[in-house]
Amino acid sequence: MTRSTRTTRKTAAALAAAALTAMTLAGCGSGDGPGAAAPAGSAADLDAALEEGGELTYWTWTPSGEAQAEAFMEEYPNVTVTVVNAGTATEEYTKLQNAIKAGSGAPDVAQIEYYALQQFVLSESLLDLSGYGFGDLEDTYTASTWSAVTGGDAIYGLPQDSGPMVLLYNQEIFDQFGLAVPTTWDEYVAAGEKLHAADPTKYITNDAGDPGFAQPLIWQAGGRPYQTDGTTVTVNLQDEGTKLWADTWNQLLEPGLLADIPTWSDDWWKALSDGTVATIVSGAWMPGIMEGSVPDGAGKWRVAPLPSYDGSAITAENGGSAQSVIKQSENPALAAAFLRWLNSSEESVNVFLENGGFPSTTAQLNSPEFLAEAPEYFGGQQINQVLVDASKNVATGWQYLPYQVYANSVFPDTVGTAYTASSDLNAGLQAWQEQIVSYGDSQGFSVNK
Amino acid sequence: MSITVPLAAPPSREPTTVAHPIRKPKKNWRGWLFVWPFAVVFLFAFMAPLLYAVWLSLFQNRLVGGNSFVGLDNYVTAFQDPAFWDGFGRVFLFLLVEVPVMLLLALAAALAIDSARLYATGLFRVVVFLPYAVPAVVAVLMWGFLYSDNFGLTASINDWLGSDVLQPFAPSWVTVSIGNIVTWEYVGYNMVIFYSALKTIPTELYEAAELDGANSWQVIRAIKLPAARGAIVIATIFSIIGSFQLFNEPNVLKPLANNVITSHFTPNMYAYNLSFAGQQYNYSATVAIIMGVITAAIAYVVQIRGTRQEDR
Repeated sequence: MTRSTRTTRKTAAALAAAALTAMTLAGCGSGDGPGAAAPAGSAADLDAALEEGGELTYWTWTPSGEAQAEAFMEEYPNVTVTVVNAGTATEEYTKLQNAIKAGSGAPDVAQIEYYALQQFVLSESLLDLSGYGFGDLEDTYTASTWSAVTGGDAIYGLPQDSGPMVLLYNQEIFDQFGLAVPTTWDEYVAAGEKLHAADPTKYITNDAGDPGFAQPLIWQAGGRPYQTDGTTVTVNLQDEGTKLWADTWNQLLEPGLLADIPTWSDDWWKALSDGTVATIVSGAWMPGIMEGSVPDGAGKWRVAPLPSYDGSAITAENGGSAQSVIKQSENPALAAAFLRWLNSSEESVNVFLENGGFPSTTAQLNSPEFLAEAPEYFGGQQINQVLVDASKNVATGWQYLPYQVYANSVFPDTVGTAYTASSDLNAGLQAWQEQIVSYGDSQGFSVNK
Repeated sequence: MSITVPLAAPPSREPTTVAHPIRKPKKNWRGWLFVWPFAVVFLFAFMAPLLYAVWLSLFQNRLVGGNSFVGLDNYVTAFQDPAFWDGFGRVFLFLLVEVPVMLLLALAAALAIDSARLYATGLFRVVVFLPYAVPAVVAVLMWGFLYSDNFGLTASINDWLGSDVLQPFAPSWVTVSIGNIVTWEYVGYNMVIFYSALKTIPTELYEAAELDGANSWQVIRAIKLPAARGAIVIATIFSIIGSFQLFNEPNVLKPLANNVITSHFTPNMYAYNLSFAGQQYNYSATVAIIMGVITAAIAYVVQIRGTRQEDR
């Protein structure tokens, strides 16, 4: 890893501390709103809690989680943070839901992906942090990540990372088969046809059906299938944008141009190493993972903007997580103070960056140092320029369902059948919609009424 | 949710107190003194969760609107739920095919060891039993590698044959693939049960058969199989319960064949998904109870039939 942000760390830390003090002081005035839902407490409570100390449990699967907690404890020796890896994504949510349901055993702070946040908000499991003056942190983050953690005036967490979608491609394969980097999806489909015709063992990309992949692409295509207003939910998985994505993707799926290899499976890593899969469409956090997990790809891979339908630079967010304070926490002020440090202090974010993460904080995204990085793995390409550009071109107005975790769990049952049969995705999306509607209705929402 | 099947309770015998003509007979509490550790564990570990599940199944806790008593509504829903019956049908079919195959293989292996005609029976026994010692999740992960038709053993065989004949994760084959794993895991276990039953046969019976001029086949039919009948009934019941509770194997394979192994592939997976992805704990409890009752009923019928034949 060639991240070189260590040089000015000491001064940066001092500056960050000063900035935080200023922020918390400012927060004193505005934080104590009379909002009935806002938790008791103020920004000053956080500093007091840090002074007093205590014990916290933090659930995360972020590779830098442990190192960040250690840096925190060095700065605030009175606080002990126990980092627990309770599994990745849904595995963790299952445990978290169990602990919340059981009434004890939940951590103070937990990592939750943006798409799942609403579900925990709905079950009133997360602490509203607006009372601690967290509203003043808005400008610290990119607009799309900030909107993902807020609902009305409430703030349910702080963004850790962001995942604006980009295209990663294997330059070696592209050269070998005379492919040009596609800028539109039509070109992408054409490249897929050319590659597979030239060598039937090679595929433009893999897709075995993954809601975490399909939805950002629908987002990019202009689809806004979910609209939530309180408990009124509208679902239309056949709106114009969703159809545009499905029709485009059908051109790859139906002729068998997509490798039927599940993302994150063992086979997938092999396929990335040996050139079976020539491109991946993924979030900006992917390059960091590639460097660590696909050593054989060193020097071969490059990063390009995500192809679009009209050649514009528009993209969407894929994945990304926030950290939230769980209501069950016995020391919410301390938990909030840790969270504030974790996701907004320069010190902590730098540790996160050193581990290959992609930030959500504008200061880091725009720092010349970050933009100038040219990792060897990507042939010396200044990949952060592409990634940061993508983060500025995220389409707005996307909403997830308030019960997205369930909806995603039945995606394979419905849309998955289209993948298995290499048939029309629109039919699968309609079947999925039926499940989403009937579940929502049975849970007391008013869906499509 | 684990489903427990009530095995026939041992016949309780009334404590026979000798009635003294003068003194009033005292209530005998000593029995309880011996039983209480078991009774406490039984109540807390078996009865309490069961009763709690029944209690849960009478309510509906919605994400919007909170908890409300719904009586038997959840049961009505379950009986009309195609997803539940799809999973049920699959495990029932699985049971009809896989259990006889597995038990016959186990029986053959046990008879082979018992026949004393094999060399290195000890080694054979250990090798057949070994898969049972591998934790199920690890075993299934391993089979997942073997089944992979992109880079695994399956892919190599397909390459060698020059065709795509092996498709372990194709919709029509995936249940067979899982059956293969389950058979591999449990043949050894059942073999040991059968073998221990065969070992209890007194040698006089064999001597008598030899004197009567019986051949090996007749010995198996007239002596060994009747003697092993009790063990066969028990193994059948365990296998039926195991099949209805099928969960580990499909759940571990799911990431490799997400579209084929649906969220309601087996009733247990359905119950799991309902509670952990859908937060429908009440409905999930209902599904678990229905499956428990069905499993207990079928196991009971098998037991009755098995013992009746024994008496014949």
